[in-house]
Amino acid sequence: MLNYLWLIILLPFAGFVLNGLLGKRLGKPFVTVVGCGTVGLAFLLSCWSVYELAVDLPSYAAAGEQAGFSVDIERGRADLTVWEWFPPVKDGGAAPALAIPWLLTLDHLSAVMLLVVTGVGFLIHIYSTAYMAEDPGYWRFFTYLNLFMASMLTLVLGGAFPVMFVGWEGVGLCSYLLIGFWYDKEENAQAGRKAFITNRIGDAGFVLGVLLLWGAFGTMEISAVMEGIRSGGAPVGLLTAAGLLLFVGACGKSAQIPLYVWLPDAMAGPTPVSALIHAATMVTAGVYMVCRCSALYEAAPAAMMVVAVVGGSTALFAATIGLAQNDIKKVLAYSTVSQLGYMFLAAGVGAFGAAIFHVTTHAFFKALLFLGSGAVIHSLHHEQDMRKMGALREKLPVTYRTFLAGWLAIAGIFPLAGFFSKDEILLGAFEHSKALWVVGLVGAGLTALYMTRLMGLTFWGESRVDPHQEQHIHEAPAAMKYVLVALAVLSVAGGVVLGWPWPPEMHFLKRWLEPTFAGAAAHGGGEHAAASVHHISLGTEMGLAAVSMAIAIAGILVGLHYYYRGRGEKAEAVAKRAGLLYVLVKDRWRIDELYDATVLRLYYRLCDFAHRVDVRFVDGIVNGVRNVTVGSSIASAFWDSWVVDGAVNLVGYSVRGGSWVLRRFQSGFVQSYAATMVFGMFVLLCVYLFMR
Amino acid sequence: MVPTGHFLALSAVLFTMGVIGVLTRRSALVIFMSIELMLNAANLAFVTMARGGPAMEGQVFAFFVMAVAAAEAAVGLGIIVAIFRRRKTTDVDQVAQMKW
Repeated sequence: MLNYLWLIILLPFAGFVLNGLLGKRLGKPFVTVVGCGTVGLAFLLSCWSVYELAVDLPSYAAAGEQAGFSVDIERGRADLTVWEWFPPVKDGGAAPALAIPWLLTLDHLSAVMLLVVTGVGFLIHIYSTAYMAEDPGYWRFFTYLNLFMASMLTLVLGGAFPVMFVGWEGVGLCSYLLIGFWYDKEENAQAGRKAFITNRIGDAGFVLGVLLLWGAFGTMEISAVMEGIRSGGAPVGLLTAAGLLLFVGACGKSAQIPLYVWLPDAMAGPTPVSALIHAATMVTAGVYMVCRCSALYEAAPAAMMVVAVVGGSTALFAATIGLAQNDIKKVLAYSTVSQLGYMFLAAGVGAFGAAIFHVTTHAFFKALLFLGSGAVIHSLHHEQDMRKMGALREKLPVTYRTFLAGWLAIAGIFPLAGFFSKDEILLGAFEHSKALWVVGLVGAGLTALYMTRLMGLTFWGESRVDPHQEQHIHEAPAAMKYVLVALAVLSVAGGVVLGWPWPPEMHFLKRWLEPTFAGAAAHGGGEHAAASVHHISLGTEMGLAAVSMAIAIAGILVGLHYYYRGRGEKAEAVAKRAGLLYVLVKDRWRIDELYDATVLRLYYRLCDFAHRVDVRFVDGIVNGVRNVTVGSSIASAFWDSWVVDGAVNLVGYSVRGGSWVLRRFQSGFVQSYAATMVFGMFVLLCVYLFMR
Repeated sequence: MVPTGHFLALSAVLFTMGVIGVLTRRSALVIFMSIELMLNAANLAFVTMARGGPAMEGQVFAFFVMAVAAAEAAVGLGIIVAIFRRRKTTDVDQVAQMKW
């Protein structure tokens, strides 16, 4: 299977083509089967591939050379060159020739992402069949969703930066298409554009970073670049610059300060999209990319520090905004931004394993929370305002119970998934810098608080649902329910299974990722997660876990105090006392307005200036050319009508005039002809006689 | 024997009478007769010049002219009859349609 990796990408892409071309005509059952079937098959193939990667790699190595296929047993990696995109040029020049193979890489890191993307993606596809059942754009939705899966898998499996970038842009496109899925509403289209443009800013950084690395190492293959860095092939300054540029790209895709503003607006899309793209998979692409380039960041401590600081501050900053949002999806969106901040915090302190671990668990519980909120929204006929919810626990028992699991998981309560991954991140931060650890802890407390607030406003307290709606509330359909249950199971058990931290060799995910992240530590740039654990005694570790648990529980208790009963009056009183602070938080610290006033205003000025240059200068040239052309045309027309036509007419007139004279002789009188003839004879005779 | 010059003088007088008749008379028939006069003046000149010599060309030419004159008379009279039937006149000044 490893040498057929491209099938995993091709399947959803085929689904995209089929649904896109035929979906509208062949109807919903066809779309459902193709849309879910291809992704399900891709999931099975992924499982098979990862199994072979784990177990069967030596036999592939033993099978000998295959064209375009190679395995690296030590690092646990399989490389498959599907196609020479830009074939290598053999000119022997001094400049590095641009060669880009269409390279797919399956190593232990991409294996994790592959399973998360296809697995969670498949569940969300199934959920969507129920959620989108009534939508007239059903086939369009699944077309985009399949294209997204194909792009995301290209991103994950891409073994060369440009291949990864194709996926990177593909998911950006799908994100744009799906945010604006209900494009007949102006603000949805606006949100899609905002996401797209903000991401472009990041992508510019990504491309520049890649080109910098290419200039230094002469290859676009990620693993080759990383090996080059490990063997100390480039100055630290260049690596720092490249790392920072790549991180700009990651900031755009993964919604970090200062480019996070698009993600909350992206909630305009259908809820399964928010779950799949804007929580579980696409937004983690930045984290994945940073982890992919772990060697680069470890060789550039300054860049790493920036990653950690940006991640930590985003985690805290977004959590504060999450406290005061009233739209259920907006809360989850800021929560996602905050959790992504945690992942970057982990990557920034060198705990790449912990970052990927959190990516995985976050995919489980955030998908669960989004899909749960989708079920709530679905049951309330697209009501998203939490102020119009409340007391839904009896009305929606399954959604409520699964949501409970997601809530406890994200709050970091032992032994649910979030606890293990967040704890690992905080551990890494503690080791690196106490300040970052405190920031992380406060963020964790806020996370517990705003999630409890969400639970309270939605499921507990008194009902504030519109009385007309009250009797129409219905539990989600089967397809949605079972997906919620499956994700709830993953959220509960995922942490224990993947990351039980003690003894260290029990930590499944860490050991699995070791071959990918190992080897970096040898160069002393930083330490990876597996090594770092041993620097800290078990007692400290337990103590830290206890502290973070205590913070989480404190957050939950505060939340329960304010939101468990009543209609949230207690919280309103606090908000009133907080005054301006509350307003600021509610308005998202007015960051969007700040951007409007600074960046956008400047940008509009620039546009205005460019417009003026265009009108005055460029248009001037164009108009000048036009005027010259018109003038010369007039001259040419004058010449043509007077001189050329004049000559032609002159010939006509002279012929007519001459014939007018000659015509006089043809009078029709026979005798005048005869007289002429006689006269002529007479003249001839005279000539003959006298001139002889 | 009458000298040759007399014959030629008569021929010239006859020819001149014919030319004057053609140029001045209006009736097609009279014009026609004047043409015959001119032909016969020419014939007289031919036979005069052939008189006394061994060569026969003059006489032969006179016969040719007579043959042509006969044919011409037939065709010409036919045309004149046709015109008369159509226009009830033989005045050539009335038949001047053939112009530009």
